[in-house]
Amino acid sequence: MDFPLIDAEPIWLSLQLAGVTVVILLALGTPIAWWLTQTRSRFRVVVEALVALPLVLPPTVLGFYLLILLGSHGWVGGPVQALTGSALSFSFTGLVFASTLYSLPFVVQPLHSAFESIGKTPMETAQSLGASRLDAFFSVITPLARRGYLTAMVLGFAHTLGEFGVVLMVGGNIPGKTKVISIEIYDRVEVLEYAQAHILSIGLLIFSFLVLVMVYSINRRLPMQVT
Amino acid sequence: MDLLEAKFKVNYPEFNLDVELNLPARGVTVVFGPSGSGKTTLLRCLSGLEKAPSGYMKIAGQVWQDEGIFIPIQERKIGLVFQESRLFPHLSIQDNLLYGYQRTHPAERNLQLGEVAQVLNLEALLKRRPEKLSGGERQRVAIGRALLTSPKLLIMDEPLASLDRQLKAEIIPFIKRIENKFKTPIVYVTHSVNEVLQLVDTMVILKSGKVENIGSVEEVFSDVQSRDAVGDEQLGAVLETLVLEHDEEFGLTRLDFMGQVLHVPRQNIPVGQSLRVHIHSRDVSLSIASPAEATSVLNILRAKVEKVGVIDLKGYSVDIELDAGGPILATITRKSLATLNLQPGQPIYVHIKAIKMVHHSASGE
Repeated sequence: MDFPLIDAEPIWLSLQLAGVTVVILLALGTPIAWWLTQTRSRFRVVVEALVALPLVLPPTVLGFYLLILLGSHGWVGGPVQALTGSALSFSFTGLVFASTLYSLPFVVQPLHSAFESIGKTPMETAQSLGASRLDAFFSVITPLARRGYLTAMVLGFAHTLGEFGVVLMVGGNIPGKTKVISIEIYDRVEVLEYAQAHILSIGLLIFSFLVLVMVYSINRRLPMQVT
Repeated sequence: MDLLEAKFKVNYPEFNLDVELNLPARGVTVVFGPSGSGKTTLLRCLSGLEKAPSGYMKIAGQVWQDEGIFIPIQERKIGLVFQESRLFPHLSIQDNLLYGYQRTHPAERNLQLGEVAQVLNLEALLKRRPEKLSGGERQRVAIGRALLTSPKLLIMDEPLASLDRQLKAEIIPFIKRIENKFKTPIVYVTHSVNEVLQLVDTMVILKSGKVENIGSVEEVFSDVQSRDAVGDEQLGAVLETLVLEHDEEFGLTRLDFMGQVLHVPRQNIPVGQSLRVHIHSRDVSLSIASPAEATSVLNILRAKVEKVGVIDLKGYSVDIELDAGGPILATITRKSLATLNLQPGQPIYVHIKAIKMVHHSASGE
């Protein structure tokens, strides 16, 4: 059997998308997760529900609204088009935007539970030693939450890599711009090129499995504690 | 003299704290009381972890809280030590010790890592990680870390409560040494009478969020009002004595208490050192006449009756407050009181049947 040639471009694009999305998600997810841990506001549950929404929403619903939002007449897409000349729908930037929303719960939740398990005392202790809250956050809380960060990164990356519905709705299928692995697989199956679909699928399957093994082994090890 | 002045009012649905304190900002002050009496809330207010809606606090001339003023905890020169060491698990012992030091303005650093590590005997531990240390070692590191911020006040919330008896005995001398050497005033919370006797100069007794009694250890332990707080079996007297000489022939050590002599079993403490002793009120008996030659009681002090306690007609005993150069409380039977017919001002002989040595380890230098 001939070794089927696979197009590396969708793989590369997927990795780029997942990488950029994870970086944005960490920057965005950290303050959200920290706020959820600290706040006594009654809006807390609202924010929690909003963050978790992509978990239960059909990707097409999210994709549909994002398409409207990011399109040339959308609240986000319109101003962006006015500024840059092109809307966000059917672009890599649009995909990053969509992926960030779509994978948000996978980053916020591990961080939130990591911050929760750290509790109030390390922050109080650091402050009593003269650290400002920001200083204490970076010098004490972040290192203590590093397992949460690792889990968040791995899950955020893997989940972005595996998305399909939202990407298809928002990004379409433009080679080199928005055609990521999951869509490439769909394309191959459409044209009955099962061999290529297999290679990509098995690759994604193994990758996802390894990622989950990694996440569970991170979480199995007990969090560091010294009383 | 430096003072610690504090006044806090906190109203929670289930708990109220209403205290006013005026303490010397030196030595060890204990906040003593049953759980739920407000000790921890008071400490949280003093440290700035909690903001009492109505409060005032001033230490050594600096106002930390007043109307419109609230210095946040990270700007207060305060060291906190808790029941758990709360070391940072991701940092080495040295980095834990230096965490606060690095965040203290160089001009305000009165203490250096070297001397603190030496006093607390931490030199061998510096490269290690917190999880590799024993409970007692961790607690010493926590104390050192707090000290290295050069605090104006060291607050310790039951720092020995989670340690076993041997480790407690190991740490107490270090706390005493800190107070002697660095002159940092310490506010200390504990349930343990033993720790109080070994460490403390001033006592604040809290009950249901209010100050019930306040005074020196000598005053509080001879005050009938402290009966509930310190326990009936602890009440009597705490006397500060000096070691006069050792009597090798009879295996005794003679102590000087305000010009009078007490005998205790031979102590391994150099002459001239101070020694605190603790006497129970029920181990004290009284006589009016000069003591008979033939008595097996070695320790007889001359004193004066200060006050005869309220006679409870249902009970059989009564408390007598005495002054022997320091306050002593005697609990005698009502019958004896009737026989002796004690009156305030009356000179009297105090027979002390048992003396407990408090192993004050200021000598651990």
